[in-house]
Amino acid sequence: MANPDILYSIRNLTVEYQTRHGVVKGVDDVSLDIRRGEILGLVGESGSGKSTLGKAMMRLRNGSARITAGELWFDGQDLMKLSERQMRDLRGSRLGMVFQDPMTSLNPVQRIVEHLTETMLTHEPEWTEEEARERAENLVERLGIRRERVKDYPHQMSGGMRQRVMIALALALNCDLVIADEPTTSLDVIVEAKFLDLLKELRDEFNLTILLITHNIGVVAEVADRVAVMYAAKLAEIGNVNDVFEKPLHPYTEGLLKSVPNIELDSGALYKMQGSPPDLSSPPSGCRFHPRCPYMMEEVCPVYEPPFERPEGASEDCRVACWLHHPHPQKVAIGA
Amino acid sequence: MPETRVGHAAGTAPAEEPTPLVEVRGVKKHFPLQTGFLASLFNRGETPAVRAVDGVDFEIRRGEVFGLAGESGSGKSTVGRLVLNLLEPTEGTVLFDGMDLSKLSEDEMRRLRSRMQIIFQDPLASLNPRMTIGEAIAHPLEIHEPELSEGQRRRRVLEMLEAVGMNPPTSYADKYPHQISGGQRQRIVIARALVTRPELIVADEPIAMADVSVRSALLDLMMRLKEEFDLTYLFITHDLATAKYVCDRIAIMYLGRIVEVGPLKSVYGAPAHPYTQALLDAVPVPDPRHRRTQPMPRGEIPSPIDPPSGCRFHPRCPIAQMGLCDVEDPQLMEVPESDNHLAACLLRAGPRAFREQTPPV
Repeated sequence: MANPDILYSIRNLTVEYQTRHGVVKGVDDVSLDIRRGEILGLVGESGSGKSTLGKAMMRLRNGSARITAGELWFDGQDLMKLSERQMRDLRGSRLGMVFQDPMTSLNPVQRIVEHLTETMLTHEPEWTEEEARERAENLVERLGIRRERVKDYPHQMSGGMRQRVMIALALALNCDLVIADEPTTSLDVIVEAKFLDLLKELRDEFNLTILLITHNIGVVAEVADRVAVMYAAKLAEIGNVNDVFEKPLHPYTEGLLKSVPNIELDSGALYKMQGSPPDLSSPPSGCRFHPRCPYMMEEVCPVYEPPFERPEGASEDCRVACWLHHPHPQKVAIGA
Repeated sequence: MPETRVGHAAGTAPAEEPTPLVEVRGVKKHFPLQTGFLASLFNRGETPAVRAVDGVDFEIRRGEVFGLAGESGSGKSTVGRLVLNLLEPTEGTVLFDGMDLSKLSEDEMRRLRSRMQIIFQDPLASLNPRMTIGEAIAHPLEIHEPELSEGQRRRRVLEMLEAVGMNPPTSYADKYPHQISGGQRQRIVIARALVTRPELIVADEPIAMADVSVRSALLDLMMRLKEEFDLTYLFITHDLATAKYVCDRIAIMYLGRIVEVGPLKSVYGAPAHPYTQALLDAVPVPDPRHRRTQPMPRGEIPSPIDPPSGCRFHPRCPIAQMGLCDVEDPQLMEVPESDNHLAACLLRAGPRAFREQTPPV
């Protein structure tokens, strides 16, 4: 890889699902770089493709999903060229994953400590069981769970504790990248706030890189360095959190930010976005957001798909797929 | 007002102190735990129970949006079901329009049901997949207004579809739930709830399952319908940011108790209970420059089977005073310099708070 700052690079990734209504593209030609040591927030609504993207990055199959095009580069390695066995070694050891419901990731009849040590020993066979156990207990304690609770079964722990155990597992193996898919969605706000604080601390302490997939804009604002917005299987916008929240460029991002309740504001009325997210078995033509877009340009947006580019004058990190920010939408349209 | 109504009709006698639409007095709901045979041999005394709701008092005034907020397991949904008499309280009374629900006959309760409705979180689970949208909305009418002709029912269904923004109504009436989007399904659930012209709607996390981009439109619809149909809402939610946009008054629940209640502006602007403060501060804010100001309470919510002594929040509370907070069980008391704002905190409300307030310099 040319750029050593980039830990994971997704190039033109397409993931297809086989459904009753034919083939559906859950992720459609998405390119995204994740930088070392950053927390990248990936936001989108249900069905936007954000979880499919997260799973595809680990080459995990999500139902009938299949990667049909694109490249996945992790730390200079072409993941599409690895065997399933090599991929399995990578998962857990260098690529960690935290899901919304940790109960489904933990074995209900195995004590937490057994789960942790077993996983560590699978990936680090040279460790002794004592070492692995010691490390597991230290980590769990570091994450604010009393040492002796490692002897608990998953159901004896609260949701927040189980989520911390999943993080402990990723840390135990020195993962480089943790893909966290809606990790706080099933948690109450106080537990969520503590978990997000912990994520930030761990990132700093262990130099973790985190892809945080969520529908919750507030969570992204709280912890992410950069944010990528997905809509209908495509990226709509990416940029630094401060830039995007201050001046969203894509009308979808703008609508989303204006329609989310903000407890800190003296509430006026919330913005109401038109319509609802599209059915991906027949996505709208041109720009996929055009049927809901208040700035839609009749002759351009429903016809031509906008490129994902840096608008003129925008900051270095910013990319947006919207004709409004293209210097000559009409000309491109005519020339296309 | 139709004859079928129980008791006096709403709003006919504008008294000086109108009866609240709902009064909840000392209500408890304990769910006994299933214990094994052996355990029951050794445990001769009281059978352990989940104290889901453990002594709750509040009233809902006509025409207001009363919020009930708290974390999972706080008992807020159980309170919603108690208000509708879908659950029977273990102790205490619920009055609807001045009538004690526990004293009504089955027949009277059935007639009263048309005046109160509930909207659940998951519209797909609330709708029968084999019923068309039109049939689903007509269903409550068949039960509560059987005298209507087929044509009259159809007209009411179409009116409701139009009221919830499903236009043109005739194109939706014969569709099935799976043929419309999630946000539209919740509109159908709302239409069905309103078709009997109820006075009270218990909305239990009504927008939590909806996509982020359709939530604000659903909230707006609910508020519009409130004006149009003269509704009173009990708005149950875990989302304090959303509550801010809709509620007139709000009650915060913790471990089966209301710890704070008052006008929304007062509770959010100057929360008295340390738990309310933490809860409000924990809400993620969609602004990267925003920073939390409160330390989060330590530990996790204790078990509702054996709640802590004294104030239930004391083991996690940053200002708890041992010898007081772990002994005395605080009731809802007036918060100094407030109007109708109550909190169950020995230090921040009631006589001690008034006494110990430092006079202005």
